[in-house]
Amino acid sequence: MSAAHEHGAGHDHGNGYGHGHDHGGEAHGTMRDYVWGFALSVILTAIPFWLVMAGPIADKSVTALIITAFAAIQIVVHMIFFLHMNARAEGGWNMLALIFTIVIVVIVLTGSLWVMYHLNANMMPQSHQMDSLP
Amino acid sequence: MSTAPAKTAVADADLTARYYDLDEHDHPEGGSTMLGFWIYLMSDCLIFAMLFATFGVLGANYAAGPGPRDLFDLPLVALNTSMLLFSSITYGFAMLAMQKGLVRQTQLWLVITGLFGAAFLGIELYEFAHLIHEGATPQRSAFLSAFFTLVGTHGLHVTFGLIWLGVLLVQVEQRGLIAANRRRLMCLSLFWHFLDVIWIGVFTFVYLMGMLR
Repeated sequence: MSAAHEHGAGHDHGNGYGHGHDHGGEAHGTMRDYVWGFALSVILTAIPFWLVMAGPIADKSVTALIITAFAAIQIVVHMIFFLHMNARAEGGWNMLALIFTIVIVVIVLTGSLWVMYHLNANMMPQSHQMDSLP
Repeated sequence: MSTAPAKTAVADADLTARYYDLDEHDHPEGGSTMLGFWIYLMSDCLIFAMLFATFGVLGANYAAGPGPRDLFDLPLVALNTSMLLFSSITYGFAMLAMQKGLVRQTQLWLVITGLFGAAFLGIELYEFAHLIHEGATPQRSAFLSAFFTLVGTHGLHVTFGLIWLGVLLVQVEQRGLIAANRRRLMCLSLFWHFLDVIWIGVFTFVYLMGMLR
């Protein structure tokens, strides 16, 4: 990835026509990036599918935790190798927008699940029976 | 306001040079497009976050109807996932060809990406048709409403990505790999890989977790 940046810096924005889009620290991928990203994605996809389909771990909540961890790692892999995220792209604004979004997403997800779980638990005394239906 | 006294202090030629510099320096055409598109993707991310949250809350409310174990076919989902993964790396190859300025090779990889994308969509539509045929329609239960909304929204994004891909193929054919087309291809690249990231969440939390319930 560093090679890509040197390439970007080589095209000074001053040379005008046709190269203006090259500046601003946009990261370009390399063959290495894409192949690594793909190989890691295949592994990180195959293992969770295998864990659920073959079921080598008896405890389901442990399996759920492990596949969540795999998903989180794979999202980071995609961000780095396919979306070429880094702290320097667009002068750091890409990363800042991403961090802001992640904060909101975490609030939305944990907030919704937490509140609604307790609402369910407190409002519907028979909710545990409902869950056991097919 | 405060620049008015300064204006009188400098010569005219100096003034125009300075103003040109301030206004135009560092703003080539499309220079802010990538950041703007990234911010769009982040807002799209929030839409999906809402849908994931909805699915998380309603995902266990089957209304005495069919649940994930009765409906989902994991080998099919695995095939679907591989289609999207393959399309991600072939789009990467298209970007590499674009960087080298190879028009034909770029188009070829874009077409292959489009075919994988279409295969993904075809499999998904087959799955939806199968579910609806079995009576597992969006109206059946809160679980199915949330499922169809989340997965359907992702599928709709892929559909628009495919249309965009087709449009870009025509534009690259007509104009070649000009700066504007390169920029568009880079935006679609972000969009396409972003959809793959969302799919990671879908197959993990909807399909795999569903089978664990």
